[in-house]
Amino acid sequence: MLEILFISTLNGVLYGMLLFLMASGLTVIFSMMGVLNFAHASFYMLGAFFGFEISRRIGFWPGLVVAPLLVGAIGMAIERYGLRRVHRHGHVAELLFTFGLTFVIQEGVEMVWGKLPVDYRVPPSLDFPAFTAFSTNYPAFKMFELLTAIAIFAVLLLVVRRTRIGLIVQAALTHPGMVGMLGHNVDRIFMLVFGVGAGLAAVAGVIAGPALVTQSNMAGLLGPILFVVVVVGGLGSLGGAFLASLLIGLLQTFAVASNASLAGLLGPLSPSAKQQVFLADIWNVTVAQVAPILPYLLLVLILIFRPRGLMGRRES
Amino acid sequence: MLTVRDLHAYYGKSHILQGVHFTVGDKEIVSILGRNGVGRSTTLKAIMGDPAPSGEITFNGKPIAGLKPHEIARRGIGYVPEERAIFPALTVEQNLLLGLKPGQTSGRWSIEETWRLFPQLRERAEAPGGALSGGEQQMLTICRTLMGDPDLIMIDEPTEGLAPQMVERIGELLLEIARRGIAIVLVEQRLVIALRISHRVYVMGHGRIVFEGTPAELMANADIRREWLEV
Repeated sequence: MLEILFISTLNGVLYGMLLFLMASGLTVIFSMMGVLNFAHASFYMLGAFFGFEISRRIGFWPGLVVAPLLVGAIGMAIERYGLRRVHRHGHVAELLFTFGLTFVIQEGVEMVWGKLPVDYRVPPSLDFPAFTAFSTNYPAFKMFELLTAIAIFAVLLLVVRRTRIGLIVQAALTHPGMVGMLGHNVDRIFMLVFGVGAGLAAVAGVIAGPALVTQSNMAGLLGPILFVVVVVGGLGSLGGAFLASLLIGLLQTFAVASNASLAGLLGPLSPSAKQQVFLADIWNVTVAQVAPILPYLLLVLILIFRPRGLMGRRES
Repeated sequence: MLTVRDLHAYYGKSHILQGVHFTVGDKEIVSILGRNGVGRSTTLKAIMGDPAPSGEITFNGKPIAGLKPHEIARRGIGYVPEERAIFPALTVEQNLLLGLKPGQTSGRWSIEETWRLFPQLRERAEAPGGALSGGEQQMLTICRTLMGDPDLIMIDEPTEGLAPQMVERIGELLLEIARRGIAIVLVEQRLVIALRISHRVYVMGHGRIVFEGTPAELMANADIRREWLEV
């Protein structure tokens, strides 16, 4: 029991931190530009595929650096030459633009790498158990993922809190127009933030790719969860995104590891076999089986009871 | 210094400014008066480039219509919006520091000077801007724009919703700004302050200028006041 608790907590925090690498960019982009970027998970996928391609030619470590830089540059180009033009036609056009972009990126990835999973592997230098807890060997690569995510989070926090550019970004979260009228080039800040956001998502892709499956549907699988994180945390709130990332990371991990069911929970009080014929399945569904629904259930509940999210400021 | 000719601006399909013209001379204090909704705030915003203006705007002899807000700010026009736009999560000091333009060190105004003029801001230097009172926020937002060392500052309704004592202090600050040779465009509802400190006044109605003259001329013209100012 303790073993499941320990390993699941570690896995949950890891999954949460990976979610936060993406949700942080998504939520900052939303606050500053008012754009809900549907293509954000696509940058994560691009990161994984670029990382795969570079790692098989040069190695994993160069990929960890180069792939996010490439994706960041693509993100900046998309902001500069796409989004900024579309912006003049309003939010609906922007939403449709980023929505269309997800398909362009997905089809592009399928043209180059096909629909089947690619063989993106954990680098040999990290392919060993980090430690053995109880009877489980915990892989070193997972520890590496966790530490990388935490390190990036720390650097990001430092930049936002301590540098002038961080101050401008923080100011632009609430009053982007005013920042411009004080003489700061807001367009350039937007481009930079969009690029850094895309790059962060790509980092998540590079380090999650070998541990999960690197496949052309990975953006589609992750995208919805990302929106759950951002909405539950509160649109535009970095602290909220952090909280929600961990919450959903832990929630899903623990749910998958749990085999509790209504029948088990109620024990002897559960309906007798005769009564169970009616609605028979419900009593024996385990939490693990409903795990995929849980984040969305949380989303629905949050929208009903606390529409601005855990830490969101605005109602919209 | 600032010349505005035949200025038009739209919000969506509504034609808000329908050919506004006015001028501001060096070191002059000019007020734009009028009732709510006649386009006074939009005039200031359009000069800053958002909403995009059409017409002719020249500043220090050069056209600025069509430039981006940050470019216009860098030419030397400061803008203080009606809603104040304090960055709520940043401290008072950080709010002031953001008034400095990129690469700029310090001009006619420094942070020390802000502290000297407004000791109560200094006491709250580390407090988040969102925690200030309305009057303190108004001082902070004006001082923030002054940090950028503008040649002309446009201030929208600085006394709105403030206690009489605070209104007096804002009036003193405006005179102090003018003493340092900075031109001021003031948008105001309260006639008292505006008429006392302005060199010239304009009255707006329905997106146009309907009167221009000195404060004394406006006081003498009861028809204009009745038709365009009194509620």
